[in-house]
Amino acid sequence: METIKVQNVAVSDLPWIIQHDPSKCTLCGSCVAGCTFNAIKPVVIRQSVTISEGVQPNPVQKNEVRTVIKQVASLTDFCRGCGMCERVCPNDAIKPVLNPTPRKDLLSRDAGPIKRGGRTNLNAMHTLDKIVVGRISQMTDPSLDANRHTFDIRAPFGRVLDSKEIPVKVVDGKLKLTKKVPPVRWIYPLIFSDMSIGALSTRAWEAIALATAYLNEKCGLPIRMASGEGGMPVNLLKSDYLKYFFIQIASGHFGWNRIIKAMPYMKTDPAGVLIKIGQGAKPGDGGLLPAAKVAEHVQAIRGVPRATLSSPPNHQGLYSIEESVQKMHLSLNAAFGFRVPVAIKCAASATSVAVYNNLLRDPYKICGGFFLDGIMGGTGAANEISLDHTGHPIVSKIRDCYMAAVAQGKAGQIPLYGGGGIGLTGNAAADAFKLICLGANGVFCGRILIQLLGCIGSENGRCNSCNTGKCPVGIASQDPRLVKRLDVDRGAQKIVDYVLAFDQELKKLMAPIGNSSLPVGRSDALVATDKAIADQLGIQYAC
Amino acid sequence: MCRIGSIKSTTPVSPSKALALMLPQQEGYDNSGFAMVMQDLYGIFAPYKDKPLLSLACTKEGARMVEEYMDSLGFAQLSSWTPVPDKKPGLDIVPMPFYIFRCYDYPAHYDKFEDQEALLLDTRLALRKMLTEAGEGYVYSFWPDVLTLKEIGDPHDIATYFRLWDDNGALMAKNIIVQCRQNTNYAIVRYAAHPFFLQGYTLCANGENTFTTKNSQLQKSLNRGYIGFESDSQNFLYTLHYVHHELKWPLNYYKHVITPLPFTEMEKREDKDVLLSIRESLAHLEINGPNTIIAGLPDGRMMTCCDSKKLRPIVIGRDDNMVCMSSDVVGLNYIMPDRNVALDIYPGERETIVVNNNLEVERWRQ
Repeated sequence: METIKVQNVAVSDLPWIIQHDPSKCTLCGSCVAGCTFNAIKPVVIRQSVTISEGVQPNPVQKNEVRTVIKQVASLTDFCRGCGMCERVCPNDAIKPVLNPTPRKDLLSRDAGPIKRGGRTNLNAMHTLDKIVVGRISQMTDPSLDANRHTFDIRAPFGRVLDSKEIPVKVVDGKLKLTKKVPPVRWIYPLIFSDMSIGALSTRAWEAIALATAYLNEKCGLPIRMASGEGGMPVNLLKSDYLKYFFIQIASGHFGWNRIIKAMPYMKTDPAGVLIKIGQGAKPGDGGLLPAAKVAEHVQAIRGVPRATLSSPPNHQGLYSIEESVQKMHLSLNAAFGFRVPVAIKCAASATSVAVYNNLLRDPYKICGGFFLDGIMGGTGAANEISLDHTGHPIVSKIRDCYMAAVAQGKAGQIPLYGGGGIGLTGNAAADAFKLICLGANGVFCGRILIQLLGCIGSENGRCNSCNTGKCPVGIASQDPRLVKRLDVDRGAQKIVDYVLAFDQELKKLMAPIGNSSLPVGRSDALVATDKAIADQLGIQYAC
Repeated sequence: MCRIGSIKSTTPVSPSKALALMLPQQEGYDNSGFAMVMQDLYGIFAPYKDKPLLSLACTKEGARMVEEYMDSLGFAQLSSWTPVPDKKPGLDIVPMPFYIFRCYDYPAHYDKFEDQEALLLDTRLALRKMLTEAGEGYVYSFWPDVLTLKEIGDPHDIATYFRLWDDNGALMAKNIIVQCRQNTNYAIVRYAAHPFFLQGYTLCANGENTFTTKNSQLQKSLNRGYIGFESDSQNFLYTLHYVHHELKWPLNYYKHVITPLPFTEMEKREDKDVLLSIRESLAHLEINGPNTIIAGLPDGRMMTCCDSKKLRPIVIGRDDNMVCMSSDVVGLNYIMPDRNVALDIYPGERETIVVNNNLEVERWRQ
């Protein structure tokens, strides 16, 4: 008997097992052609079959050579469970099934730490689902009518002054500003988060940008989109639509050469500048764009050769919060003549309150927004150990920051935006509303946008292969053949429809508590069904 | 919903007039109390219009503590009125043993108005703290030319107890703000009855408690006097005080703070930069609940305005000698039956109505 090679990888070691039914398969080859991961291949096998061909049953057993679809047993070309084979099969002959006992993660560190995209597959937290809007106007005061009342759903973006510091004098019974005040924009409380051209395909980025413009121009919703690190198309920088975008600067400073060169030709100011310090999915790590995705156009926008682009974990030359304020915030404010709010995005951390306190107390009043990204945030590529074992939940951290500002009488002076898992269970409006009641001014989301475009990734290990450049739906890939799978217009439409529903759903939550403007900090509107959560957040416990 | 009312008159009126305004409206409330702030006093306090008047209800021990404390600060007692109650059986009232309405002269060296108003606030806060901790009483106002009475029970019986129906001329005022309910959404405490008073400003509001978190998260940090949360009215008073007294903004900006214009409307305004700055900085003072406000100002003017959805009513009626505000028009019909009802004003959700001391009614568009 041949010795079994126990060290060889077997299909049963892999996270997904392909189930193929040869009796339904017509051998059209679509599944093999459609699998971007080369996880399946046609093979010829010798098989014992029993057939009966006559009018009367006359079973005959014989051995036949047949072509079947077989899963590849490989730690690199393994099935990600994306299900493209199932989608493309005309006969439902093939599908991936989750393997309950995989060994792949254990075995696949031969080439160093495991890298992947997606978000944490451990510690998936659904804190917001344990909170409900429990303060419903019932006789005490009339609830509003979500369909008939008008709602003022806007959030500040920019540095808000203490009321005593508003520079006004009374002229003929009217207040007049005597000095320039920091720029504050009132935007929609849902921000399309920073996913770069590079992490995303040009088509995916374009679809989100298209939805942004449509929501602004046709629907009257001042949605803002953050560019992500790596710059933006020069034509967009020079267009009127720039006013809907936050330009991001991250530790790699990718794309800023082009941005600076475009500045003399900008027709309008950008909506804001977002300094990315950290990311919830991989705090302490810089951006990571694998060489496989650094296509020619990405090289052009970023001004780099084809190579894996690793942004440093922090901004070089910044050693403290004070330096960040004095160097980066001031210089980026100055770059646009102090007309454009400059905000900062950090990974939620045990130190977030300290950072927020410092920004609140900064004498220049220069920070226009504090974006906190929680552990449930997504990423295009990261070390799995960072994804699964670093980070900080967002809900209590937003609350902590807000209450720190409250304790200093500075609530609302630096708008708080929370992200990382908004819409995790599908309803971003509920998540946003609850986070706003806990003290956020608004939320930002990224993952849900690409899910609307067609991303099939999930927290229990489905796909999560944004890092490979082989995205089966053409969202996180620069391969032109894959990118063509994404219909830009349909994708944009899907996002627009979702946001319009989001707007309606937000009103459905604001109406019962009687608020026509966003209930920032109205934690009395919430009850928690988990005592520990109630205690931590300082809201009522109900059971 | 509380019914609220006010009278501003060219000739002093007695509290019975205010009761007459409110009692016809009692179908809409529960007759659980009575609260009234009188300003621009006549009757027995007429000679002391520039001297601070302390209004409190307390036990015998409370009275002793107050006297001792006021002495220690150097306040000199000038005049005092102690009601002689009609204790006939069957009255629906939960009285305190003592009601003190006492005028003082300032201690030495308090000549400047700024010093005086700080002293009066600090003294009232200290008395309140002292009486609350000891469980010996309640102090409502301490201010020149202002008297406050609050009590639990049926307003009609409360008036009988204090002999307010007698119209004996002891308590008279040109400005009265009044409300006839003590029941609240929370525990029944005397402090919870509006109107509330702070440094010359009086305010009552009907509506519901939607403001509690805003009070705790921002408002109370704005001024040492913005204590407690017994009612939303209290918070709207603090907002009025903050905008007009602390920030010294013109009165019309109060409306911009409590019910900011929608952004779409603000965008069309010439003064949008100022309005946006106000909305940004004072977002936590915005009223989102159903509320109508009646307020009195230190200079004697009276004002009213509503929430931005106009979810609570108010009507203003007038004749040559009097301007009255009332939640329900039945109150006006009872005390001003001969007025020209065509001149009644039902203010819009973007209006502020201000009645000056000549009884001229101004309608300010936000």
